[in-house]
Amino acid sequence: MTTNLIDIQHSDVVMCTNNMAENHPVGFQWVMKAKERGAKIIHVDPRFTRTSSVADMHVPLRSGTNIAFFGGLMNYAIRNNLYFKDYVVYYTNASFLIDPAFKTPADLGGLFEGLEQTGKGGTDPHVAQTYNKSSWKYQLDGEGNPKRDLTLKDPHSVFQLLKRHYSRYTPEMVERICGIPKAKFMEVAQLYCSTSGREKTGTITYALNLTQHTNGVQNIRSLCMLQLLLGNIGRPGGGVVALRGHANVQGATDLELLYHELPGYMAMPLRDAHPDLKTYLEKETPKGGFWINKPKFFVSLLKAFYGDAATKENEFGYQWLPKRASADAYSHQHMFVDMYKGKIKGFLADGQNPAVGGPNAKLARAAMQKLDWMVVKDIFVSETADVWRTPGTNPKDVKTEMFFLPAAPAAEKDGSLTNTMRLIQWHEKAVNPPGDVTSDAEFFVTLAKRLQKMYAGSKKDRDKGFLAANFQYGDNPKEPNMELVLKEINGYATEEMKDKDGKLVYKKDQALNTFAHMTDDGKTAGGCWIYTGVTVEGPDGKLINKANSRKPADEKDYLGHGWGFSWPANRRIIYNRASADLKGKPWSEKKKLIWWDPEAPGQTPDKKGKWVGLDVPDFNAFLAPDAKNGDKPFIMRADLVGAFFGPLNDGPFPEHYEPIESPTRNLLSKQQNNPVAKIWSVPDHKNDLAPLGSKDYPYVITTYRLTEHHLSGVMSRYLPMLAEMFESHFAEISLELAKELGVANGDKVTVSSPRGKIVAKAMVTHRLKPFQIDGKTVHQIGVPWHWGWKGVDALPGSKGDITNDLSATVADPTVYIQETKAFMCNVKKGEV
Amino acid sequence: MSLSRRDFFKYAGSAGAGVAVGAAPFDLKPVAAAATTLKIKEAKVHSGVCPYCAVGCIQLIYSKGDKIIDIEGHPDTPHTLGRLCPKGAATIQLSNNPLRPTKAMYRAPGSDKWEEKPLEWMYDEIAKRYYDTREQHFIEKEKDKDGKEVTVNRLEAIASLGSACIDNEECYLLTKLNRTLGIVYHEHQARI
Repeated sequence: MTTNLIDIQHSDVVMCTNNMAENHPVGFQWVMKAKERGAKIIHVDPRFTRTSSVADMHVPLRSGTNIAFFGGLMNYAIRNNLYFKDYVVYYTNASFLIDPAFKTPADLGGLFEGLEQTGKGGTDPHVAQTYNKSSWKYQLDGEGNPKRDLTLKDPHSVFQLLKRHYSRYTPEMVERICGIPKAKFMEVAQLYCSTSGREKTGTITYALNLTQHTNGVQNIRSLCMLQLLLGNIGRPGGGVVALRGHANVQGATDLELLYHELPGYMAMPLRDAHPDLKTYLEKETPKGGFWINKPKFFVSLLKAFYGDAATKENEFGYQWLPKRASADAYSHQHMFVDMYKGKIKGFLADGQNPAVGGPNAKLARAAMQKLDWMVVKDIFVSETADVWRTPGTNPKDVKTEMFFLPAAPAAEKDGSLTNTMRLIQWHEKAVNPPGDVTSDAEFFVTLAKRLQKMYAGSKKDRDKGFLAANFQYGDNPKEPNMELVLKEINGYATEEMKDKDGKLVYKKDQALNTFAHMTDDGKTAGGCWIYTGVTVEGPDGKLINKANSRKPADEKDYLGHGWGFSWPANRRIIYNRASADLKGKPWSEKKKLIWWDPEAPGQTPDKKGKWVGLDVPDFNAFLAPDAKNGDKPFIMRADLVGAFFGPLNDGPFPEHYEPIESPTRNLLSKQQNNPVAKIWSVPDHKNDLAPLGSKDYPYVITTYRLTEHHLSGVMSRYLPMLAEMFESHFAEISLELAKELGVANGDKVTVSSPRGKIVAKAMVTHRLKPFQIDGKTVHQIGVPWHWGWKGVDALPGSKGDITNDLSATVADPTVYIQETKAFMCNVKKGEV
Repeated sequence: MSLSRRDFFKYAGSAGAGVAVGAAPFDLKPVAAAATTLKIKEAKVHSGVCPYCAVGCIQLIYSKGDKIIDIEGHPDTPHTLGRLCPKGAATIQLSNNPLRPTKAMYRAPGSDKWEEKPLEWMYDEIAKRYYDTREQHFIEKEKDKDGKEVTVNRLEAIASLGSACIDNEECYLLTKLNRTLGIVYHEHQARI
């Protein structure tokens, strides 16, 4: 999230694209607060929910058509000159000129320049295509800087390309694709574009509604681009509100429990691209922007992993890190396909229930049944732990050896969680866990130390890094001291550090105050540079844990900087330089956040001038607006500006394609699906897909969540207080479809896809309406996905079929996210 | 006397637990106040973070000995103002729950039951599985796209999944463990 939940109250228009009222109820109070202050609320969602019930406008759109909608809004803003011109010209790459060889889907029938066949083809064209991005680049001047046209008139300027690209996204086209009547679309376009300019701001919220598609990343980009066009990023009441679904999705992502990165958003090395540290740093360090500091962060990470064994002579242990064989490998979906094919032998499922929670859950269960061994650590014995006795399976046939370790919930351990607005908050151990229940930390360090004992004395190079890694934190032989782990994440000096005048800056082992002090020569270690500052050493030498600071917000500090620690550098709204104009003055008094005070004491006694205001400035606080790059807000980008033109694996602009399974041909171009989406072929018909126009699977299905249940249900189906709230698994079906099917409210229905089927109760409702797509009626149903075969015995409604048995193993080409928000199904009355 | 929320509603005579507070025919306020006072009197209070969605509501967790007796929202929290949703308000049942396993368990290949095992035995056996699988399947070197042999130090035979419900420090320890062992199937439910 670029902004902060508290700041939503300052929005003039809030556009929720997800069901925030039900899935993030406590955060939604800030949307309600904005409404009290006069804001208008728009809810864009196929279903009418409690979010719609308090919105000024509910705009149902067919699942899987978000880019058509956002593209339509961008077209409306450009055509009607409603974009925020100064912001667009100076704070984005709209004025940059692109290689004349670059062509957009407007020229190439739905494709970008550079689509190439790769590999041998195979049965599916999708797996064998990729984009050659050689024309997706800026024109450079003699000094290597991008050429610009500040009038935005050059036909090769990003702005003109953007304008041309989205000129096809007319209100009529939006109506045909999304099923939003033109009049309604014009109303929403007018309302949301009213947030353009100096005096107003708007915010857009999203969750997995936008991400779980085969163009998931482009969905997010399209809403970010709309926000840039209207000048809404980095300003109070603006921003992008990304709502994470689990308590530490943000933290687990920052600390990189992810296949493709290392902590702090640095690439996991690839065999072919990154053979040694020097090449890695050369390729991965951009020439401009804050990431020029990457070598300092990366070497500090290697020092945190390998300690004293990481030296300049051995590339700080770089060769010990595993090198990925390919960028197209090891993600969540790759994992279960490869497990099914027998490539994976052992598996740890830690606090995750893939037997229920992931796409194509039937495939996941079959895959786990093929393992040699498996460890599950969870609070309850989930379907994943019991996968060997999945209903319909004979345990005798499952040779997987199973280990179950009971886990402690947050209340029974010390540690920090990072919430959806990058806020790191500490929780204290309130009680000891019962019986043999332990924290996950205790399990990880115990396993590590036992393995180190088994490897002790190994002379093999490949074991040296693991043997060098420290897993003892504090004196307790079992439980690690979690504040010391946090300190390692924060970073510390590995030796005494002095400034150029010989003055002591850090003692050996002292926690670093800022990532600005990290070095690339091994003098500092740090497990995740963006967290630096979360611990500092007080004057008495004691560690201060800022994640545990609890100073309430007040009138002077509405963002609450004394409550927890928000990465990076306790900044609450990132890119906040954009809240001021080129000269450093707030765009408007009403929307001020930080500004340049020319009279404030400067960096040295002889200088004056500093950025001051209501938040921590998002760059050097002493960099004057008229200094070099003092007017560039987007510091994490090499060119320091917001990107309309931003090359991903599937294009530099978001383009509408139909979901892999869809009820209609693509009405925008002849290219039906994302041409580089990932579609796995899995043996034994484990990933069959419904073809376009399939009579067997005529209805769109979307999956979603409920207030009283949580994700795959492990943290709700066993709790009577929550499990009692639903009498049954259910499928939401419109009155119109129910009539066609002869189904009454409460009847049992069978929902099927080419992958599987489930039985649930029909909830016949006005909350869903059929769409008119290009003159044809398209029905869409909604099914929550919290159920599995386990729960509270006395509450039969706590148990039910697994919705994810219906979804497919297909993915976005940039991050390999699944498409569970839009695919095709059939619905039949009764159990069939 | 420790009263759970459900006991309290039974005690107060309301049939519609969970939804009917406003409609209950009794004036529950004095009972609620008395129950609350009784519950947290002499209890220790700890700062907690709600483990459900990612809003990060700070909780006040009251305990007596090794039992959590009450969990409520922390009213000073700037971004929540002390509120909790139905899931946050049910957090106490994650700890106090008869369905919760408190013993480590093992299920042999082909067996139809779980067996309770001592933790130490489990840790030893799990470490052996990691060791044996790593020894058998480790890829130290392989050819790159140009056919040149390079060091890759990779272990593809063990996969690790999870979790967005463990702490930052735990995520870091798991990343450190997996990556230093060479594990590359290293994921969590960010995409789920």
